[in-house]
This record gives sequence, C-alpha cells and structure tokens, in this order.
Amino acid sequence: MIRSKRDQRIGFAIVIPGFILLGIFVYGFIGWTLAVSFSGWEGILPNWDFMGLKNFISLFHSERFRIDLLNTFFFSILFLGFCVVLGFTLAMLLDKITGGEAIFRNIFLFPLAISFVVTGVVWRWIFNPTVGINALIKNLFGINIAWGWFTETKSFLGFNYALIPVVIAAGWQLTGYVMAMVLAGIRAIPIEVIESASIDGAGEFRKMTDIIIPIIKPVLFASLIILGHISLKIFDLVYTMTGSGTAFVTDFPSMYMFETTFQGHFYAEGSGISIIMLLLVAVVIVPYLYSVLKKEKA
Amino acid sequence: MKKTAGILLLCGILLLMLSVISCGTRRGEKKLEVFSWWTAGGEAEGLEALRKIFVAQNPNVEFINATVAGGAGSNAQAVLATRMQGGSPPDTFQVHAGRELIDSWVAAGAMEPLNFLFEKNNWMSVYPQGLIDIISYKGKIYSVPVNIHRSNVLWYNKAVFKKYNLKPPETLDDFFNVADTLANNGITPLALGDNGIWAATHLFENILLGALGPEKYQGLWTGKVRWDSADVRSALSAFVRVLDYINSDHAALSWDGAAQYVIDGKCAMTIMGDWAHGFFKAKGLKPGVDYGWIPSPGTKGSFNMLSDSFGLPKNAPHRDIAIKWLTVCGSREGQDAFNPIKGSIPARTDADRSLYDKYSLSAMNDFQSDIIVPSCTHGAAASQSWVTKIHDVMSIFVAERNVDKADNEFQELATRFIKK
Repeated sequence: MIRSKRDQRIGFAIVIPGFILLGIFVYGFIGWTLAVSFSGWEGILPNWDFMGLKNFISLFHSERFRIDLLNTFFFSILFLGFCVVLGFTLAMLLDKITGGEAIFRNIFLFPLAISFVVTGVVWRWIFNPTVGINALIKNLFGINIAWGWFTETKSFLGFNYALIPVVIAAGWQLTGYVMAMVLAGIRAIPIEVIESASIDGAGEFRKMTDIIIPIIKPVLFASLIILGHISLKIFDLVYTMTGSGTAFVTDFPSMYMFETTFQGHFYAEGSGISIIMLLLVAVVIVPYLYSVLKKEKA
Repeated sequence: MKKTAGILLLCGILLLMLSVISCGTRRGEKKLEVFSWWTAGGEAEGLEALRKIFVAQNPNVEFINATVAGGAGSNAQAVLATRMQGGSPPDTFQVHAGRELIDSWVAAGAMEPLNFLFEKNNWMSVYPQGLIDIISYKGKIYSVPVNIHRSNVLWYNKAVFKKYNLKPPETLDDFFNVADTLANNGITPLALGDNGIWAATHLFENILLGALGPEKYQGLWTGKVRWDSADVRSALSAFVRVLDYINSDHAALSWDGAAQYVIDGKCAMTIMGDWAHGFFKAKGLKPGVDYGWIPSPGTKGSFNMLSDSFGLPKNAPHRDIAIKWLTVCGSREGQDAFNPIKGSIPARTDADRSLYDKYSLSAMNDFQSDIIVPSCTHGAAASQSWVTKIHDVMSIFVAERNVDKADNEFQELATRFIKK
C-alpha cells in the first residue's frame, strides 16, 4: 500500500503529542537527573556547582552502596535462575498432562496478578523468625530452628543469606510468567518435528535439549530480559517485606536512593545512584534491543 | 476533514485532562490541608480531637487530613520534600521542632516567621524559653509546638519485676545486674524493634546521654565535644553490651512489636519514647499498675526532648485558614484536648493538670525541673541529613559491633555536618 502525503502527515500529527510527552517526562528528566548527579545539591535548595564525578566516587567508597551492588548481583542471578528453572520445568510438565491443564496454568499464573506490595507483606509474615515458618516447624515436628531468615546477618563471600527469602518471594510471584512464556513457545513447535524425533528414537531428555530448548531460545531470552530489569530495579517488594535490614543485608540501590534523596535530602547523591541503576539496566536491555533491531532490518 | 476534526478533538481532551490535573486546589476556597504522619492509635485520635475544636470554630472550612503512615515520619518526610520541591506545599505540616525544622525548611527560606502569632496570643509567656530557642532561627520563631515527648524512658513490666524481686535500674551497672538476673530466669531483658533502624539509634542516643551526661551530650551536636573521645567510645562499648540482652528477632519487629513483648512478659523492659505510654494505654493497661517507667539508665535529671510542631510554609494555598489552625494548635484548649490522648505532655506550661494521668504528670514535673536536651533520632539535635547518615552507620554497627570503626565514622559525620 502506498501511503499518501496527507496520510503521512496525519500519522505524524498523531505521534507528535506522545513523542513530546515522552521526550519531556522520560528523556528530559533522565537528562535532568544526570545534571543533578554532577552537581553539589544537598538540602532543599538546589546547588548547581559542578562537582564532576565526585558524587560517583564517594558512592563507590560508601560501604552501603558496595553492599547494595553485591546484593543486586546475587539477587539477580538467583532470582533469574529460580524463575527460569522452575518456570521451564512447570511448562514441560503442563505440556505433558492432558486433563486440568487450564486449572494448573491459572494457579501458577495468579501470583502475577498480585501487587509486589501485597506479596511483600504476606512473605514478611511467612518468614518472620518468631511467628512464621520456624513456629510452624516447631509446632509440627518439635524441631527448634534458630534461623533468622531475612534478619540473618551471616554471609558467604559477600552473599547475604538474608536474600534467600526475598528470592523465594520474588520467584513465587514471577515463575508463572516464565512458565506461560515457555508454554506458549513449546505449543508453537510443529508437532511433526517432535514426532519425527520420537520415531528416530530420541528420548524425552534428548528432545528437550536438542529440539525444544534451541527452538524456544528467543522466548527464554525475552523473559530473561524482562525479569532482569525487574530485579535490577526492585524496590516495592523489599521495602514492604524486609526493609534495608541490619547491616543492609537486604538493601538495594533503589532503597538507598529513596532514603538518601527524600529523607536525607542528598539530591546529588540520589541522582548518582539513579544514573548507575539506569546504566545497569541499559547493560541488560541495549544488547537485546540491538539484536531485535538487526532482525527487523534483515 | 473528518480525520482532522477527530485529531483536534483528541488534542482538546488531552489538554482538558492536563488542566484538570493542574488545578486541584484553588486559592480562596474554604479548605485546610493538614499534613502529618499521625495514623496510628492515640496519634490519630489526638489529631481528631484537634480537628473537632478547629471545625467547631470554623464550621464552613473543609478539613483535609493528609496523613502518610510510617514510623517516626520517615515516609511522610519523603512525600513532604517532594511537595515542597514541586511548589505545592500543604497549608501546614507536622515537623519535629529543632534542627529538622530549621536546617531542612527554615534555612532554605521555605517557611514564614510566626512571631506575629506568638505576640498576638501572648504565647511568649506560656512557652518555655528553651523550647522557643529551638524553634527560632536568627531571632524569628518558625513553628507552633503542640506537644513534648520524652525520649529517655525505660518502660518495664511490673509483674515480671515483682516476680523476680527486682528494682528498676537507675544506672547502667544496675541495668546489667537486673538484665543478668532476668536472662538467668529465661526472660529476654530488653525488647528492641529496629526493623526501622531509627529504634536502634533511639536506644543508642539514650545510652550516650546516660554515659556522657547532659552537657557533654549537647556538646556532641554543637561541636564542643568530639565523637572520637574516650567518653563516646565507652558509650559505644556499653551499647554493644546492651545488645547482648535484646530479643533475637529485633530486626523483624517495629517499636510497637517490641512494646508488645513487654506487655506479654516475653521481655521485661524497653527503652522507647513516651508514645509507648499511649500504646500501652490503648492496649488497656494501667500506668503504674501493669507497667512502670523510669528515666533510662544513667539519665536521671535529664529530659531528652522532642516536640511535634506545625509550621506555615510560604505560599500556603489557604494561609488565613492555616493561621486559624495554628492558633488552635497553640491554644491551651487544643493542647489539653490533644495531649492526654496522644500520651505526650503539652508544650505550654499552663495546662490543666487534672486532665493528665500519672505518667504525664511525672513527665510534666521533670520537664520543669530537669536539664532539657534535644533528641537526635527525632530531629531536635541534628539535621535530617546528618541523622540519615547516622542511621547508616548504626545499621552496620548493630551487626558488626566494631566500636572503633563506628566511632571514626561518627566523628567524620560530625566534622562534615557541624561546620555548615
């Protein structure tokens, strides 16, 4: 179809308002945040003295921020691993069962409909070291567990054990998402491909590793990207479930940013944290966007 | 032509939506927006009592109660900062008297001086001079205090103390003796709920006050006393020792959870401001019968003070009505309605003593006879910026218990924030 000049103009006119709003409220404010992160703004009144990288350097000297980055690293890896392994397994199992598939699919998908805030409050009680899971085990089996869950301050090579309950809660909420994506991917594989593999004598495991996984790779990749940017920006779940924790065992850059900016009035420092978070997310998203763009061109 | 008309219509709707958002409140309307973090138990009821008086006097004004939940106002202050920065201040807001008011808002030129209100209502003679000093900046007064809270109170379960024949501890040494007896009998001596780290800082400031005494404690905030001194170091060591006697799930609790442990007899004592008194009363306990109180160890003769006050931001949308609200806040009638419910004592010295219970009367007596010192955790002694960084040091210190490291970091902070 050849579009007339007039149609093009109208199309352009429709896009313009959204484009302007996006330009101001997203990219404009990213630029503003960047500018503040180079300034010396502390307190309510702006201070635009150019400080260069001073805010960033002092951030990397701050013990809290180093802990936050490590927490983000370990949390992301565990959370992604949890969701992908469990989501993939559930999808494979659901693909095999014949009756009641819709029921199970919905059960696993439902947590996705709940807000992170609600998830946080519920899991806060479940992992409460006094009245939660420890009390349950004590009442059922009479075993006394002295494990602090999210209040535990022990760590191993920089990995805080207190992150485990947070991973479980976040994983509980988002495993269903990976499952749905993978299930859709598996359903899209032509049945002939699987059947001919069976005729050639391939076992279930062989079919999984050599056929299903290679074919649904793009699906897995896309869900990794989505989960990855959620885990790098995580705030609401942790804020309601555990807070920063003693010695920042469950602290994340987003919480540091919130407290330092809006409670301590360190606007320059807070902007610095935001910029670093943006860069972290960009590291995950930009290669993905690039590969998608390349495919579209091809 | 139809298409263009449709697009114009769409743009029109968009503009209309934007304009609706932008004019939420208009000047001249009879409204009053009061911003606070009083959402729980006695606090909310106290605010309601103030509101009733205000509405009775100004029946045509719509009262908007803008509260934001969160211990010690942590979330409310974040929302407030955003609104002030964005140029849409509430008509009046709750603020801790002292450095929080002065350093955050007054020094930034965001508040109106209120001397005219104090003179008109003859408040200069009924507010204690020490309190007027801490709400003043360069000779001008900037807020109306409604109450006084005491930070250095040790609350204890009377039944537990009676059972083991214990006397409430007056000094730190007493405290450790009592705590040992309790621990040997399987009772956790001290309840702490530092899920919000401020509760740990609260405990520490009172141990600091007990170890240093009022003059040196005050010197810490003005730069006259150094943080890397032997005194502070021994206070930090004492704090570490105290931590050995607290409940193991402290990081999962908030302050009221800790107070509940004292009610249940799971723990014997807790060191918390006297809003705990309001909490105990709300739970149906009788002051002096079910629970007792004493100044926290070593702080007898000092009154570690904080005060909630209301200020008048510049460009308040309904300035005249806000002034009427402030008049209610500063009136004897208003304070006597608010404070008995909240569990605090009035900021005025001419209150009707018959309205207050046993604890409040003892606090009122102490407030007049003791040396008044400002609380750090609750915004009286240090700016919000400084307190935020103190919390960060505290959070690591509670887990690592490294006295030297914490002490050096506290000194660094003092150097950074006092010279301003």
